[in-house]
Amino acid sequence: MKLETLSHINIERAARRPVIVVTDVANGEQRLVKAADFAADPLHAELDRQLRMGKSAMIEVDGKKLFLNVYAPTARLVIIGAVHISQALAPLARSLDYDVTVVDPRTAFASPERFPDVSLIPEWPDVALPPLNIDHYTAFVAVTHDPKIDDPALLHAFARNCFYIGALGSRKTHAKRGDRLKAQGATDADIAKIHAPIGLNIGAVSPSEIAVSIMAQITAELRLPKASAA
Amino acid sequence: MLNRDEDILQAAEAWQKAGHGVALATVVETWGSAPRPAGSSLVINDDGTFLGSVSGGCVEGAVVTEALDVIASGAPKMLEFGVADETAWNVGLSCGGTIRVFVEKVGQS
Repeated sequence: MKLETLSHINIERAARRPVIVVTDVANGEQRLVKAADFAADPLHAELDRQLRMGKSAMIEVDGKKLFLNVYAPTARLVIIGAVHISQALAPLARSLDYDVTVVDPRTAFASPERFPDVSLIPEWPDVALPPLNIDHYTAFVAVTHDPKIDDPALLHAFARNCFYIGALGSRKTHAKRGDRLKAQGATDADIAKIHAPIGLNIGAVSPSEIAVSIMAQITAELRLPKASAA
Repeated sequence: MLNRDEDILQAAEAWQKAGHGVALATVVETWGSAPRPAGSSLVINDDGTFLGSVSGGCVEGAVVTEALDVIASGAPKMLEFGVADETAWNVGLSCGGTIRVFVEKVGQS
């Protein structure tokens, strides 16, 4: 591997941009494909599949064995609301290897006793969110049930191209939320990005079960091809 | 996406820039119950210092030895370890899997 290739991998990783290194294992020839160049690459179907799975793999093209080494950013989960569901959701997401951040300006909720081992920001979304540099590899859930907290957070998430956005609330609550967000400049396409009611329909009742349904939906969004994601 | 051991690539770059000979060993294929998935890697410098893992400890010793050869020669190598391979059995990939490890020098022109 050329030093230049290694440096580029490290730069892209630090910037949380995915990169794939294609190696011809017969002779060691190598090229690096950056996220911006995936679509135009002759191997784009293979690159897309491996990136979506987050898996490195050997493939065979025209009799050549090529190793696709996938460097994808660690997925993050940003939870707006240090509520009961979040207490179940945060450790579950951590066990699935997400970096988890919980944001809630209400310090009675956002206490370290309730959220051990989690990055906890007891601030309003307008203060807490900009420094997080929320990006495509972020799943974003708003679960406070309080429009004063959830709404500005969701507006921030729309602008950041998160791979998943979910918000707690019934269909009726969600319809009202859509109207409020549109009054603040959100588009219909933005509203359509929100998974609401949040989570896969598995009949979840308890906070832990709701957490499972949310993480199942996030996993589907992350791993399934776009057309079949739930 | 969920692979958290990639910071060894920072070490590889730093070692190389500090003037060390450096090799990168990467699991490229696995069969059976291999301990680490494809893409897992180990970096080795010419002191024999290494970071990361390709097998969770089973065959690292053998990989490091081969990597020192690769650093010296500059030519990449494909290594295979598995239960059918007596050496590999000896070095202990006892979990029953087979892995293929690609070893390349870092900083080749």
